[in-house]
Amino acid sequence: MKLSYYPGCTLKTNAKNFEDSAIAVLKTLGVELVELPRWNCCGTVYSLASDDLIHKLAPIRNLIRVKEQGEDRLVTLCAMCYNTLKRANIFVKKDKESRDKMNDLMDREKINYEGDVKVFHILELLRDEIGFDEIGKKVKRKFNGFKVAPYYGCLLLRPEEAGIDDMENPTLLENLFNSLGVETVDFPYKNECCGAYQTVNKVDLVVQRTYTIINYAKKLGADMVVTSCPLCEFNLDRRQEEVKKKFPDFEGLPVLYFTQIMGLAFGLDKKSLRFDLNYINPEPLLKDKKLL
Amino acid sequence: MKTKKKSVKTKKSMKTEKKSIMARIAESTKSVTTGVEEKDIKHWLTIYIMGKAYKVPAVLTIMQAMEYAGYKFLRSCGCRAGFCGACSTVYRKKGEYRLQTAMACQTRVEDGMYLVQIPFAPAEKVTYDIDKEDYSASVFLKYYPEIARCVSCNTCTKACPQDLEVMDYVQASLKGDFSSVAEDSFDCIQCGLCAIRCPAEIVHYNLAQLGRRMYGKYGMPEPEHLKKRLGEIKSAKFEKELRKLVNTRRKELEKIYTGRDMEKE
Repeated sequence: MKLSYYPGCTLKTNAKNFEDSAIAVLKTLGVELVELPRWNCCGTVYSLASDDLIHKLAPIRNLIRVKEQGEDRLVTLCAMCYNTLKRANIFVKKDKESRDKMNDLMDREKINYEGDVKVFHILELLRDEIGFDEIGKKVKRKFNGFKVAPYYGCLLLRPEEAGIDDMENPTLLENLFNSLGVETVDFPYKNECCGAYQTVNKVDLVVQRTYTIINYAKKLGADMVVTSCPLCEFNLDRRQEEVKKKFPDFEGLPVLYFTQIMGLAFGLDKKSLRFDLNYINPEPLLKDKKLL
Repeated sequence: MKTKKKSVKTKKSMKTEKKSIMARIAESTKSVTTGVEEKDIKHWLTIYIMGKAYKVPAVLTIMQAMEYAGYKFLRSCGCRAGFCGACSTVYRKKGEYRLQTAMACQTRVEDGMYLVQIPFAPAEKVTYDIDKEDYSASVFLKYYPEIARCVSCNTCTKACPQDLEVMDYVQASLKGDFSSVAEDSFDCIQCGLCAIRCPAEIVHYNLAQLGRRMYGKYGMPEPEHLKKRLGEIKSAKFEKELRKLVNTRRKELEKIYTGRDMEKE
Protein backbone atom coordinates (compact mmCIF):
# COMPACT_ATOMS: atom_id res chain seq x y z
CA MET A 1 0.00 0.00 0.00
CA LYS A 2 1.27 3.47 -0.93
CA LEU A 3 0.09 6.45 1.08
CA SER A 4 0.49 10.21 0.71
CA TYR A 5 2.45 11.28 3.74
CA TYR A 6 2.70 14.69 5.40
CA PRO A 7 5.81 14.94 7.65
CA GLY A 8 5.75 18.48 9.05
CA CYS A 9 8.85 20.44 10.10
CA THR A 10 9.45 18.72 13.44
CA LEU A 11 9.72 15.30 11.84
CA LYS A 12 12.44 16.74 9.60
CA THR A 13 14.36 18.42 12.41
CA ASN A 14 13.88 17.45 16.08
CA ALA A 15 11.94 14.22 15.55
CA LYS A 16 13.88 12.50 12.81
CA ASN A 17 13.87 9.38 15.01
CA PHE A 18 10.07 9.33 14.84
CA GLU A 19 10.06 9.62 11.06
CA ASP A 20 12.84 7.13 10.39
CA SER A 21 11.41 4.51 12.77
CA ALA A 22 7.87 4.95 11.40
CA ILE A 23 9.05 4.53 7.82
CA ALA A 24 10.98 1.38 8.76
CA VAL A 25 8.07 -0.09 10.73
CA LEU A 26 5.52 0.64 8.01
CA LYS A 27 7.82 -0.92 5.42
CA THR A 28 7.72 -4.13 7.46
CA LEU A 29 3.93 -3.90 7.38
CA GLY A 30 3.88 -3.39 3.61
CA VAL A 31 3.09 0.32 3.64
CA GLU A 32 5.15 2.82 1.71
CA LEU A 33 4.93 6.47 2.73
CA VAL A 34 5.16 8.82 -0.24
CA GLU A 35 6.14 12.26 0.98
CA LEU A 36 3.81 14.96 -0.31
CA PRO A 37 5.66 17.21 -2.75
CA ARG A 38 5.85 20.95 -1.97
CA TRP A 39 4.27 20.56 1.44
CA ASN A 40 4.25 23.66 3.62
CA CYS A 41 3.78 24.33 7.32
CA CYS A 42 0.69 22.57 8.71
CA GLY A 43 -0.42 25.83 10.33
CA THR A 44 1.15 24.70 13.64
CA VAL A 45 -1.63 25.67 15.96
CA TYR A 46 -5.21 25.44 14.75
CA SER A 47 -6.71 28.89 14.87
CA LEU A 48 -9.82 28.97 17.01
CA ALA A 49 -11.18 32.19 15.53
CA SER A 50 -13.64 31.37 12.78
CA ASP A 51 -12.85 34.55 10.85
CA ASP A 52 -9.07 34.12 11.05
CA LEU A 53 -8.93 32.51 7.64
CA ILE A 54 -5.34 33.39 6.77
CA HIS A 55 -4.08 31.04 9.47
CA LYS A 56 -6.09 28.24 7.93
CA LEU A 57 -4.60 28.68 4.47
CA ALA A 58 -1.52 26.60 5.25
CA PRO A 59 -3.35 23.36 6.14
CA ILE A 60 -5.77 23.70 3.25
CA ARG A 61 -2.95 24.36 0.81
CA ASN A 62 -1.39 21.06 1.89
CA LEU A 63 -4.67 19.28 1.21
CA ILE A 64 -4.72 20.84 -2.26
CA ARG A 65 -1.26 19.32 -2.82
CA VAL A 66 -2.78 15.91 -1.98
CA LYS A 67 -5.43 16.41 -4.65
CA GLU A 68 -2.75 17.49 -7.12
CA GLN A 69 -1.23 14.04 -6.68
CA GLY A 70 -4.56 12.47 -7.57
CA GLU A 71 -4.88 11.18 -4.01
CA ASP A 72 -7.72 11.53 -1.55
CA ARG A 73 -6.02 10.53 1.72
CA LEU A 74 -3.20 11.97 3.75
CA VAL A 75 -1.47 10.25 6.66
CA THR A 76 0.47 12.17 9.30
CA LEU A 77 2.86 11.17 12.06
CA CYS A 78 3.12 14.39 14.04
CA ALA A 79 0.17 14.83 16.41
CA MET A 80 0.24 18.60 16.02
CA CYS A 81 0.13 18.44 12.23
CA TYR A 82 -2.61 15.82 12.44
CA ASN A 83 -4.69 18.02 14.72
CA THR A 84 -4.28 21.18 12.64
CA LEU A 85 -4.86 19.52 9.26
CA LYS A 86 -7.81 17.53 10.50
CA ARG A 87 -9.55 20.47 12.15
CA ALA A 88 -8.98 22.81 9.23
CA ASN A 89 -10.44 20.11 7.00
CA ILE A 90 -13.50 19.79 9.21
CA PHE A 91 -13.85 23.58 9.25
CA VAL A 92 -13.93 23.97 5.46
CA LYS A 93 -16.28 21.02 5.12
CA LYS A 94 -18.77 22.73 7.43
CA ASP A 95 -18.34 26.35 6.41
CA LYS A 96 -18.82 26.74 2.68
CA GLU A 97 -18.68 30.53 2.73
CA SER A 98 -15.28 30.56 4.43
CA ARG A 99 -14.10 27.80 2.12
CA ASP A 100 -15.00 29.91 -0.93
CA LYS A 101 -13.22 32.91 0.55
CA MET A 102 -10.10 30.84 1.16
CA ASN A 103 -10.17 29.38 -2.33
CA ASP A 104 -10.43 32.91 -3.72
CA LEU A 105 -7.43 33.96 -1.64
CA MET A 106 -5.48 31.00 -3.01
CA ASP A 107 -6.27 32.01 -6.58
CA ARG A 108 -2.94 30.70 -7.86
CA GLU A 109 -3.91 27.14 -6.97
CA LYS A 110 -5.46 25.23 -9.82
CA ILE A 111 -7.75 23.23 -7.54
CA ASN A 112 -10.61 24.62 -5.51
CA TYR A 113 -10.57 22.68 -2.28
CA GLU A 114 -13.89 21.16 -1.22
CA GLY A 115 -12.89 19.38 1.98
CA ASP A 116 -12.72 15.99 0.33
CA VAL A 117 -9.31 14.69 1.48
CA LYS A 118 -9.31 12.29 4.38
CA VAL A 119 -6.75 13.24 7.03
CA PHE A 120 -5.69 10.45 9.33
CA HIS A 121 -2.97 9.54 11.78
CA ILE A 122 -0.57 6.60 11.60
CA LEU A 123 -2.18 5.11 14.75
CA GLU A 124 -5.52 4.98 12.94
CA LEU A 125 -3.82 3.28 10.04
CA LEU A 126 -2.34 0.67 12.39
CA ARG A 127 -5.61 0.08 14.22
CA ASP A 128 -8.22 0.34 11.46
CA GLU A 129 -6.52 -0.79 8.29
CA ILE A 130 -3.59 -3.01 9.16
CA GLY A 131 -5.07 -4.28 12.40
CA PHE A 132 -3.38 -5.29 15.64
CA ASP A 133 -3.61 -9.01 14.79
CA GLU A 134 -1.60 -8.45 11.63
CA ILE A 135 0.93 -6.36 13.59
CA GLY A 136 1.20 -9.17 16.17
CA LYS A 137 2.20 -11.58 13.40
CA LYS A 138 5.29 -9.53 12.60
CA VAL A 139 6.68 -9.65 16.13
CA LYS A 140 10.06 -11.34 16.31
CA ARG A 141 11.34 -10.33 19.71
CA LYS A 142 9.96 -11.11 23.13
CA PHE A 143 9.80 -8.50 25.83
CA ASN A 144 10.34 -10.00 29.28
CA GLY A 145 10.04 -7.97 32.43
CA PHE A 146 9.64 -4.79 30.44
CA LYS A 147 6.87 -2.29 31.09
CA VAL A 148 6.00 0.91 29.32
CA ALA A 149 3.80 3.84 30.30
CA PRO A 150 1.79 4.91 27.23
CA TYR A 151 1.43 8.64 26.87
CA TYR A 152 -0.99 10.25 24.39
CA GLY A 153 -0.82 13.94 25.13
CA CYS A 154 -3.78 15.98 23.93
CA LEU A 155 -3.56 16.55 20.22
CA LEU A 156 -4.73 13.10 19.13
CA LEU A 157 -7.68 13.19 21.51
CA ARG A 158 -9.10 16.68 21.56
CA PRO A 159 -11.43 18.12 20.45
CA GLU A 160 -13.73 15.17 20.10
CA GLU A 161 -14.41 15.71 16.39
CA ALA A 162 -10.71 15.36 15.64
CA GLY A 163 -9.92 12.73 18.28
CA ILE A 164 -8.85 9.24 17.28
CA ASP A 165 -9.82 7.61 20.58
CA ASP A 166 -11.78 8.20 23.80
CA MET A 167 -10.50 11.53 25.07
CA GLU A 168 -10.75 10.63 28.76
CA ASN A 169 -9.57 7.06 28.65
CA PRO A 170 -7.81 6.21 25.40
CA THR A 171 -6.67 2.61 24.94
CA LEU A 172 -5.24 2.63 21.45
CA LEU A 173 -1.58 2.57 22.50
CA GLU A 174 -2.25 -0.08 25.16
CA ASN A 175 -3.90 -2.30 22.55
CA LEU A 176 -1.03 -1.75 20.18
CA PHE A 177 1.54 -2.66 22.84
CA ASN A 178 -0.45 -5.73 23.84
CA SER A 179 -0.33 -6.95 20.24
CA LEU A 180 3.45 -6.51 20.38
CA GLY A 181 3.68 -8.43 23.65
CA VAL A 182 4.76 -5.34 25.55
CA GLU A 183 3.35 -4.91 29.02
CA THR A 184 1.81 -1.54 29.90
CA VAL A 185 1.17 0.12 33.22
CA ASP A 186 -2.26 1.64 33.89
CA PHE A 187 -1.11 5.20 33.57
CA PRO A 188 -3.53 7.85 34.86
CA TYR A 189 -1.39 10.65 33.43
CA LYS A 190 -1.52 9.30 29.89
CA ASN A 191 -3.56 12.24 28.61
CA GLU A 192 -2.17 14.85 31.01
CA CYS A 193 -0.89 18.09 29.52
CA CYS A 194 2.88 18.08 28.90
CA GLY A 195 3.00 21.88 28.93
CA ALA A 196 3.03 22.10 25.15
CA TYR A 197 4.40 25.35 23.74
CA GLN A 198 4.88 26.84 27.18
CA THR A 199 8.25 25.14 26.80
CA VAL A 200 9.35 28.21 24.84
CA ASN A 201 8.81 30.89 27.46
CA LYS A 202 7.71 29.13 30.67
CA VAL A 203 10.23 26.36 31.06
CA ASP A 204 9.46 26.08 34.78
CA LEU A 205 5.88 25.13 34.07
CA VAL A 206 6.99 22.35 31.73
CA VAL A 207 9.62 21.20 34.20
CA GLN A 208 6.88 20.77 36.80
CA ARG A 209 4.68 18.79 34.38
CA THR A 210 7.52 16.58 33.26
CA TYR A 211 8.53 15.89 36.86
CA THR A 212 4.98 14.82 37.76
CA ILE A 213 4.40 12.68 34.67
CA ILE A 214 7.75 10.89 34.57
CA ASN A 215 7.91 10.39 38.31
CA TYR A 216 4.49 8.78 38.37
CA ALA A 217 5.34 6.47 35.49
CA LYS A 218 8.41 5.38 37.43
CA LYS A 219 6.39 4.82 40.59
CA LEU A 220 4.09 2.53 38.65
CA GLY A 221 7.07 0.46 37.65
CA ALA A 222 7.39 1.58 34.03
CA ASP A 223 10.79 1.23 32.38
CA MET A 224 10.07 4.00 29.96
CA VAL A 225 7.42 6.41 28.77
CA VAL A 226 6.28 5.87 25.21
CA THR A 227 4.66 8.72 23.35
CA SER A 228 3.00 9.45 20.05
CA CYS A 229 3.65 13.20 19.86
CA PRO A 230 6.95 14.97 19.07
CA LEU A 231 6.08 17.95 21.23
CA CYS A 232 5.37 15.69 24.23
CA GLU A 233 8.57 13.84 23.45
CA PHE A 234 10.53 17.07 23.53
CA ASN A 235 9.05 18.18 26.84
CA LEU A 236 9.18 14.79 28.58
CA ASP A 237 12.60 13.81 27.23
CA ARG A 238 14.74 16.94 26.87
CA ARG A 239 13.32 18.85 29.79
CA GLN A 240 14.41 16.09 32.19
CA GLU A 241 17.78 17.80 32.32
CA GLU A 242 16.13 20.90 33.84
CA VAL A 243 13.96 18.70 36.06
CA LYS A 244 17.08 17.12 37.56
CA LYS A 245 18.44 20.54 38.42
CA LYS A 246 15.23 21.55 40.19
CA PHE A 247 14.46 18.20 41.84
CA PRO A 248 17.72 16.48 42.86
CA ASP A 249 15.86 13.27 43.83
CA PHE A 250 14.51 12.89 40.30
CA GLU A 251 15.84 9.82 38.52
CA GLY A 252 14.16 10.10 35.16
CA LEU A 253 13.17 7.63 32.47
CA PRO A 254 13.94 7.25 28.79
CA VAL A 255 11.16 8.45 26.47
CA LEU A 256 10.60 6.68 23.16
CA TYR A 257 8.22 6.90 20.25
CA PHE A 258 5.77 4.02 19.87
CA THR A 259 7.27 3.37 16.42
CA GLN A 260 10.67 2.73 18.03
CA ILE A 261 9.09 0.11 20.30
CA MET A 262 7.38 -1.44 17.28
CA GLY A 263 10.72 -1.54 15.48
CA LEU A 264 12.29 -3.31 18.45
CA ALA A 265 9.46 -5.85 18.48
CA PHE A 266 9.84 -6.45 14.73
CA GLY A 267 13.56 -7.02 15.25
CA LEU A 268 14.54 -4.12 12.97
CA ASP A 269 18.09 -2.86 12.71
CA LYS A 270 18.70 -0.36 15.50
CA LYS A 271 20.19 2.07 12.98
CA SER A 272 16.75 2.60 11.44
CA LEU A 273 15.23 3.27 14.86
CA ARG A 274 17.61 6.14 15.62
CA PHE A 275 17.98 5.78 19.40
CA ASP A 276 20.94 8.11 19.00
CA LEU A 277 18.47 10.99 18.63
CA ASN A 278 16.59 10.37 21.86
CA TYR A 279 17.89 12.83 24.40
CA ILE A 280 18.10 10.36 27.25
CA ASN A 281 19.97 7.43 25.77
CA PRO A 282 17.69 4.37 26.03
CA GLU A 283 20.34 1.91 24.85
CA PRO A 284 21.77 0.92 28.27
CA LEU A 285 18.27 0.05 29.47
CA LEU A 286 17.39 -1.78 26.25
CA LYS A 287 20.63 -3.79 26.50
CA ASP A 288 19.89 -4.52 30.13
CA LYS A 289 16.46 -5.85 29.12
CA LYS A 290 18.12 -7.86 26.32
CA LEU A 291 16.25 -5.92 23.68
CA LEU A 292 19.33 -4.79 21.81
CA MET B 1 7.01 57.61 -42.25
CA LYS B 2 7.53 54.02 -41.28
CA THR B 3 10.20 53.40 -43.89
CA LYS B 4 11.94 56.55 -42.91
CA LYS B 5 12.16 55.38 -39.33
CA LYS B 6 13.47 52.01 -40.40
CA SER B 7 16.23 53.48 -42.49
CA VAL B 8 17.31 55.65 -39.61
CA LYS B 9 17.52 52.58 -37.43
CA THR B 10 19.72 50.60 -39.83
CA LYS B 11 21.96 53.54 -40.30
CA LYS B 12 22.27 53.88 -36.57
CA SER B 13 23.11 50.24 -36.03
CA MET B 14 25.70 50.29 -38.80
CA LYS B 15 27.26 53.24 -37.15
CA THR B 16 27.41 51.63 -33.72
CA GLU B 17 29.35 48.67 -35.02
CA LYS B 18 32.32 50.89 -35.61
CA LYS B 19 32.06 52.54 -32.21
CA SER B 20 34.13 51.57 -29.21
CA ILE B 21 32.75 49.26 -26.54
CA MET B 22 32.29 52.06 -24.02
CA ALA B 23 30.42 54.18 -26.55
CA ARG B 24 28.18 51.23 -27.30
CA ILE B 25 27.34 50.76 -23.64
CA ALA B 26 26.52 54.46 -23.35
CA GLU B 27 24.35 54.15 -26.44
CA SER B 28 22.42 51.22 -25.08
CA THR B 29 21.39 53.05 -21.94
CA LYS B 30 19.84 55.92 -23.90
CA SER B 31 16.08 56.02 -24.03
CA VAL B 32 14.61 54.43 -27.15
CA THR B 33 12.84 57.67 -27.91
CA THR B 34 16.10 59.55 -28.24
CA GLY B 35 16.19 61.03 -31.72
CA VAL B 36 12.57 60.15 -32.48
CA GLU B 37 10.27 63.09 -32.97
CA GLU B 38 6.96 63.18 -31.15
CA LYS B 39 4.99 63.65 -34.31
CA ASP B 40 6.33 60.33 -35.56
CA ILE B 41 4.96 58.42 -32.56
CA LYS B 42 1.61 56.88 -33.39
CA HIS B 43 0.37 55.32 -30.16
CA TRP B 44 0.12 57.12 -26.87
CA LEU B 45 -1.25 56.24 -23.48
CA THR B 46 -1.64 57.81 -20.07
CA ILE B 47 0.16 56.62 -16.99
CA TYR B 48 0.21 58.05 -13.47
CA ILE B 49 3.56 58.39 -11.79
CA MET B 50 3.09 58.91 -8.08
CA GLY B 51 -0.36 60.25 -8.81
CA LYS B 52 0.47 62.64 -11.63
CA ALA B 53 -0.74 61.92 -15.16
CA TYR B 54 1.71 61.70 -18.09
CA LYS B 55 1.13 60.98 -21.76
CA VAL B 56 3.80 58.59 -22.98
CA PRO B 57 4.50 56.55 -26.15
CA ALA B 58 2.86 53.13 -25.89
CA VAL B 59 5.93 51.13 -26.88
CA LEU B 60 7.97 52.04 -23.84
CA THR B 61 8.86 50.02 -20.78
CA ILE B 62 7.89 51.47 -17.41
CA MET B 63 11.44 52.66 -16.92
CA GLN B 64 11.66 54.29 -20.33
CA ALA B 65 8.24 55.89 -19.84
CA MET B 66 9.31 57.42 -16.55
CA GLU B 67 12.42 58.80 -18.21
CA TYR B 68 10.30 60.09 -21.05
CA ALA B 69 8.16 61.84 -18.46
CA GLY B 70 11.27 63.57 -17.18
CA TYR B 71 12.48 61.42 -14.32
CA LYS B 72 16.16 60.70 -14.05
CA PHE B 73 17.09 57.55 -12.19
CA LEU B 74 19.91 57.77 -9.69
CA ARG B 75 18.74 54.65 -7.85
CA SER B 76 16.01 52.23 -8.91
CA CYS B 77 17.91 51.52 -12.07
CA GLY B 78 20.78 49.24 -12.93
CA CYS B 79 21.40 46.85 -15.77
CA ARG B 80 18.23 47.62 -17.76
CA ALA B 81 18.18 44.00 -18.78
CA GLY B 82 16.17 42.30 -16.05
CA PHE B 83 19.14 40.87 -14.17
CA CYS B 84 20.15 43.25 -11.41
CA GLY B 85 16.84 43.63 -9.57
CA ALA B 86 17.23 47.36 -8.93
CA CYS B 87 14.08 48.67 -10.65
CA SER B 88 11.34 47.14 -8.52
CA THR B 89 7.99 48.67 -9.39
CA VAL B 90 4.61 48.55 -7.73
CA TYR B 91 1.54 49.45 -9.74
CA ARG B 92 -2.18 49.18 -10.04
CA LYS B 93 -4.19 49.35 -13.18
CA LYS B 94 -7.24 51.56 -13.34
CA GLY B 95 -10.33 49.69 -12.21
CA GLU B 96 -8.39 46.70 -10.88
CA TYR B 97 -8.17 45.80 -7.21
CA ARG B 98 -4.93 43.86 -7.46
CA LEU B 99 -1.64 45.51 -6.60
CA GLN B 100 0.97 44.33 -9.08
CA THR B 101 4.73 44.13 -9.03
CA ALA B 102 7.31 44.09 -11.79
CA MET B 103 10.76 45.05 -12.96
CA ALA B 104 10.42 48.49 -14.56
CA CYS B 105 12.94 47.68 -17.28
CA GLN B 106 11.14 44.49 -18.29
CA THR B 107 7.52 45.58 -18.33
CA ARG B 108 5.68 47.48 -21.02
CA VAL B 109 3.53 50.42 -19.84
CA GLU B 110 -0.21 49.99 -20.05
CA ASP B 111 -2.90 52.61 -20.19
CA GLY B 112 -4.04 53.77 -16.77
CA MET B 113 -1.14 52.36 -14.77
CA TYR B 114 -0.57 53.95 -11.36
CA LEU B 115 3.15 53.61 -10.83
CA VAL B 116 5.75 53.99 -8.16
CA GLN B 117 9.34 52.85 -7.97
CA ILE B 118 10.72 51.12 -4.89
CA PRO B 119 14.31 52.30 -4.86
CA PHE B 120 15.33 50.13 -1.95
CA ALA B 121 13.78 47.42 0.22
CA PRO B 122 14.61 48.13 3.85
CA ALA B 123 15.42 44.59 4.93
CA GLU B 124 17.51 43.07 7.66
CA LYS B 125 20.62 41.44 6.30
CA VAL B 126 22.55 39.52 8.88
CA THR B 127 26.25 38.83 8.94
CA TYR B 128 27.58 35.45 9.84
CA ASP B 129 30.71 33.37 9.60
CA ILE B 130 29.73 30.53 7.36
CA ASP B 131 32.53 28.32 8.68
CA LYS B 132 31.00 28.42 12.14
CA GLU B 133 27.39 27.62 11.26
CA ASP B 134 25.55 24.32 11.68
CA TYR B 135 24.24 22.76 8.51
CA SER B 136 20.71 22.41 9.88
CA ALA B 137 17.35 24.22 9.86
CA SER B 138 18.38 26.01 13.04
CA VAL B 139 20.67 28.32 11.06
CA PHE B 140 17.65 29.84 9.28
CA LEU B 141 15.68 30.29 12.49
CA LYS B 142 18.69 31.73 14.28
CA TYR B 143 19.19 34.55 11.78
CA TYR B 144 15.72 34.97 10.31
CA PRO B 145 13.35 33.80 13.09
CA GLU B 146 10.41 35.54 11.42
CA ILE B 147 10.18 32.64 8.94
CA ALA B 148 8.28 30.78 11.67
CA ARG B 149 5.50 33.31 11.17
CA CYS B 150 4.87 32.24 7.57
CA VAL B 151 1.16 31.49 7.15
CA SER B 152 1.59 30.10 3.62
CA CYS B 153 -0.47 32.91 2.11
CA ASN B 154 1.74 32.83 -1.00
CA THR B 155 1.78 36.63 -1.40
CA CYS B 156 5.55 36.50 -1.88
CA THR B 157 5.21 34.10 -4.80
CA LYS B 158 2.62 36.35 -6.41
CA ALA B 159 4.94 39.34 -6.03
CA CYS B 160 7.99 37.67 -7.58
CA PRO B 161 8.85 39.11 -11.01
CA GLN B 162 11.05 36.07 -11.64
CA ASP B 163 8.11 33.69 -11.15
CA LEU B 164 9.92 31.80 -8.40
CA GLU B 165 8.03 29.63 -5.93
CA VAL B 166 9.12 31.93 -3.10
CA MET B 167 6.81 30.51 -0.43
CA ASP B 168 8.04 27.02 -1.23
CA TYR B 169 11.65 27.93 -0.50
CA VAL B 170 10.73 29.72 2.73
CA GLN B 171 8.88 26.57 3.76
CA ALA B 172 11.84 24.45 2.68
CA SER B 173 14.07 26.48 4.99
CA LEU B 174 11.85 25.56 7.95
CA LYS B 175 12.45 21.90 7.18
CA GLY B 176 16.20 22.39 6.78
CA ASP B 177 15.90 21.36 3.13
CA PHE B 178 18.90 23.31 1.86
CA SER B 179 18.91 21.95 -1.68
CA SER B 180 15.31 23.10 -2.28
CA VAL B 181 16.07 26.53 -0.83
CA ALA B 182 19.04 26.85 -3.16
CA GLU B 183 17.43 25.40 -6.27
CA ASP B 184 14.08 27.19 -5.89
CA SER B 185 15.72 30.55 -5.25
CA PHE B 186 18.51 30.23 -7.79
CA ASP B 187 17.09 32.80 -10.22
CA CYS B 188 16.42 35.38 -7.49
CA ILE B 189 17.55 38.88 -8.45
CA GLN B 190 17.18 40.28 -4.93
CA CYS B 191 14.65 42.93 -5.95
CA GLY B 192 12.98 42.76 -2.52
CA LEU B 193 9.37 42.79 -3.72
CA CYS B 194 8.61 39.58 -1.80
CA ALA B 195 9.81 41.15 1.43
CA ILE B 196 7.84 44.33 0.80
CA ARG B 197 4.59 42.37 0.37
CA CYS B 198 5.00 39.72 3.11
CA PRO B 199 2.47 40.04 5.96
CA ALA B 200 4.86 38.09 8.22
CA GLU B 201 7.72 40.51 7.47
CA ILE B 202 10.03 37.77 6.26
CA VAL B 203 13.13 38.77 4.31
CA HIS B 204 12.90 36.03 1.72
CA TYR B 205 15.76 36.99 -0.55
CA ASN B 206 18.35 37.35 2.19
CA LEU B 207 17.17 34.08 3.72
CA ALA B 208 17.61 32.45 0.31
CA GLN B 209 21.11 33.82 0.01
CA LEU B 210 22.01 32.28 3.36
CA GLY B 211 20.52 29.01 2.10
CA ARG B 212 22.48 29.05 -1.16
CA ARG B 213 25.70 29.85 0.66
CA MET B 214 25.19 27.06 3.17
CA TYR B 215 24.24 24.62 0.43
CA GLY B 216 27.25 25.65 -1.63
CA LYS B 217 29.59 25.14 1.27
CA TYR B 218 28.17 22.05 2.98
CA GLY B 219 25.57 20.46 0.71
CA MET B 220 26.97 20.30 -2.78
CA PRO B 221 29.80 17.99 -3.72
CA GLU B 222 32.90 19.94 -4.69
CA PRO B 223 33.03 20.04 -8.49
CA GLU B 224 36.09 18.32 -9.95
CA HIS B 225 36.79 21.00 -12.55
CA LEU B 226 36.79 23.71 -9.88
CA LYS B 227 39.17 21.72 -7.71
CA LYS B 228 41.49 21.28 -10.68
CA ARG B 229 41.36 24.96 -11.64
CA LEU B 230 41.98 26.12 -8.06
CA GLY B 231 45.00 23.85 -8.01
CA GLU B 232 46.26 25.42 -11.21
CA ILE B 233 45.82 28.91 -9.81
CA LYS B 234 47.65 27.95 -6.61
CA SER B 235 50.52 26.48 -8.58
CA ALA B 236 50.81 29.82 -10.44
CA LYS B 237 50.00 28.36 -13.82
CA PHE B 238 48.46 31.64 -15.05
CA GLU B 239 50.96 33.96 -13.38
CA LYS B 240 52.94 34.64 -16.55
CA GLU B 241 49.88 35.43 -18.67
CA LEU B 242 48.44 37.67 -15.97
CA ARG B 243 51.70 39.63 -15.63
CA LYS B 244 51.69 40.08 -19.38
CA LEU B 245 48.16 41.50 -19.27
CA VAL B 246 48.96 43.82 -16.36
CA ASN B 247 51.87 45.24 -18.28
CA THR B 248 49.89 45.81 -21.47
CA ARG B 249 48.94 49.35 -22.38
CA ARG B 250 45.26 50.36 -22.39
CA LYS B 251 45.02 50.86 -26.15
CA GLU B 252 46.51 47.44 -26.79
CA LEU B 253 44.14 45.92 -24.17
CA GLU B 254 41.10 47.42 -25.89
CA LYS B 255 42.29 45.95 -29.18
CA ILE B 256 42.65 42.53 -27.61
CA TYR B 257 39.26 42.84 -25.93
CA THR B 258 37.30 43.86 -29.04
CA GLY B 259 39.14 41.36 -31.16
CA ARG B 260 38.56 38.41 -28.85
CA ASP B 261 36.70 35.27 -29.91
CA MET B 262 33.07 35.60 -29.00
CA GLU B 263 30.07 33.36 -29.20
CA LYS B 264 27.55 34.54 -31.77
CA GLU B 265 24.69 36.53 -30.24
